[in-house]
Amino acid sequence: MSSGKTDTSIKGYIEVDQELCKGCQICISFCPKDAISASDKLNVSGYLTVFLNDSGQCTGCAICALVCPEVAIEVYRG
Amino acid sequence: MNGNSTIGEAAIRAGCQGYFGYPITPQNELTEYMATHLSRKKGCTFIQAESEIAAINMVYGASLAGARAMTSSSSPGISLKQEGISYLAACELPAVIVNMSRGGPGLGSISASQSDYFQATRGGGHGDYRTIVLAPSSGQELADLTHRAFDLADKYLIPVIILGDAMLGQMMEPVEFKYEAPEELPVRSNAMRGAKGHPSRVIKTFTSKPSELEEINWSLFRRYQLIKKQETSYEAFMVEDAELIVIAFGIAARIAKGAIKTARSNGLKVGMLRPITLWPFPSDKVRELAKKTKYFLVFEMNMGQMIEDVQLALEGKGEIFFHGRPGGVIPTPSEVSLIVSRLCYQKGLK
Amino acid sequence: MRKVYSRPKSLKRNPFHYCPGCGHSIIHRLIAEVIDEMNLRDIVVGIPPPGCSVFAHHYFDIDMAESAHGREAAVATGVKRTAPEVIVFTYQGDGDLAAIGTAETIHAANRGERITSIFVNNAVYGMTGGQMAPTTLSGQKTTTTPYGRDVSLEGYPIKMSEMLALARGAVYIERTAVSSPANIRKTKKAIRKAFQAQIDGLGYSLVEILSACPTNWRMSPLESWQWIEKEMTKEFPLGVIKDVTGASDAN
Repeated sequence: MSSGKTDTSIKGYIEVDQELCKGCQICISFCPKDAISASDKLNVSGYLTVFLNDSGQCTGCAICALVCPEVAIEVYRG
Repeated sequence: MNGNSTIGEAAIRAGCQGYFGYPITPQNELTEYMATHLSRKKGCTFIQAESEIAAINMVYGASLAGARAMTSSSSPGISLKQEGISYLAACELPAVIVNMSRGGPGLGSISASQSDYFQATRGGGHGDYRTIVLAPSSGQELADLTHRAFDLADKYLIPVIILGDAMLGQMMEPVEFKYEAPEELPVRSNAMRGAKGHPSRVIKTFTSKPSELEEINWSLFRRYQLIKKQETSYEAFMVEDAELIVIAFGIAARIAKGAIKTARSNGLKVGMLRPITLWPFPSDKVRELAKKTKYFLVFEMNMGQMIEDVQLALEGKGEIFFHGRPGGVIPTPSEVSLIVSRLCYQKGLK
Repeated sequence: MRKVYSRPKSLKRNPFHYCPGCGHSIIHRLIAEVIDEMNLRDIVVGIPPPGCSVFAHHYFDIDMAESAHGREAAVATGVKRTAPEVIVFTYQGDGDLAAIGTAETIHAANRGERITSIFVNNAVYGMTGGQMAPTTLSGQKTTTTPYGRDVSLEGYPIKMSEMLALARGAVYIERTAVSSPANIRKTKKAIRKAFQAQIDGLGYSLVEILSACPTNWRMSPLESWQWIEKEMTKEFPLGVIKDVTGASDAN
């Protein structure tokens, strides 16, 4: 990820470990920016997971990681 | 000193670092002795717990952290401890449990009985396990076997039961303490005190894989075989030429000895086998005796418990007779004498 | 970009076996974070219960020893009295701490044992399939109260934290919940304070954490978190129930 001011629109992003995610969707309900969406793909354990959508709204506030029971989310902030 | 206090003094000298008990007749002198003498000893803990169950679980915790830990009670309280003892055995944690047995079942009586033999020797809690069981028969043995109990527990990582009774606990006898542990004892190498310098460890007894538990059970039983080979002990009193052998343990053996001496003075060839380890039971010695002796009189203060181990050992050889007094009734030497002479007369042993 | 959140070191990488939305996962993580931040891994021993969290040792990278059901406070007492330098915490459910373990809990608190109890309150016996627990709410349907808990027959939800506050040996008792970002943050603070009370040698500390059990409550994860916020907190109000540690909240 490049530093500097060339890409100021992206303040933060998250990585959701697709194999740890159990699709409880609590992150989606608490995300203040609607930056997370439910996937229609099943992971190996049979759960419909979540992913960072392309709204570009993530601020790296880390509320999703705070509420994620599976410690599936890593958060980056610019 | 009285038997209960003797156990206390011997335990302290053996390096006992944690005692967790609860009031119950007839062993309160032991709890009180530890309250007086162990509580003030540096690095040692005395707790009168809120129940027998709490006490055995405190022993589990103390043993976990590396202490030479001990609890004591009497029959009904020992029933309460069975789950905890099963856990100690499963986790391979050393501990000493003293049972000054009293009459049962139920609240029973406060007098001496030997009716906890099955409970002690068959792994009285749930699951397949055994504990070493030591049966003292005198004040001196209360001291010696208490010391031995702590050593055996640490050596084999197994709970050890000292199976006494109300009478032994109250008897006042001169005792010589032959051992004193050093002031600073080393911390047991598998003590759990935090994951400093090594990967984190877990002590557990639950597994979701039956095959894992199967292997644990086999491993425990391999150790039990080793203990059987190395630690079985007994006293053989006048058995070499005996035509009738009394088999008795603990206080019953003490009572029987008087009867045997009387019998001998009347020309009857009687002897006694006194198991000192009830588990492992001296089955080999019984089989050996059965090669020369035909008649065995099992004498215990219960409805017949050790007799089953004698029957198993004899495998049909010889003839077994039984004299038992349950409920806390204390038989006298002359009562046993009468049984012995009647038996000798009936079988034509003169 | 810098990473602002990742897995605490004291939490192994093993995927949790807990149900989606279960509070155990969050609480495990918070405890692991506190252990990391307070540098306790080398001297901490955890005592987990029988129950869903019997597998806690799969997740915590610390020394752990299982206890018999309900006896954790007695086991922890044995550990702490033997090795006072060890930081020992029990991790117990509501059936464990408030039914079978009531005596051990009250007496450890009464003696002021320098141990910390993490009390996970999900109003049911989870692992065994959702039976009534001491903290089940009046009217709540469980597998052993299929018509709803009838307080005239089955008693009232038990308030362990309030009861334990009466024990003079208890120095810090707080009730929190893992049902929202704000409450999760407060839970972590409470766990820190409880451990600090033990480190400072002050006495018995307990954090009661209202925790979701979506499966046995027959709710979705989000619904279960909302049920805690709306219903459980009515019976079990959140907040500090007792604090005589004298520590400020600045930490």
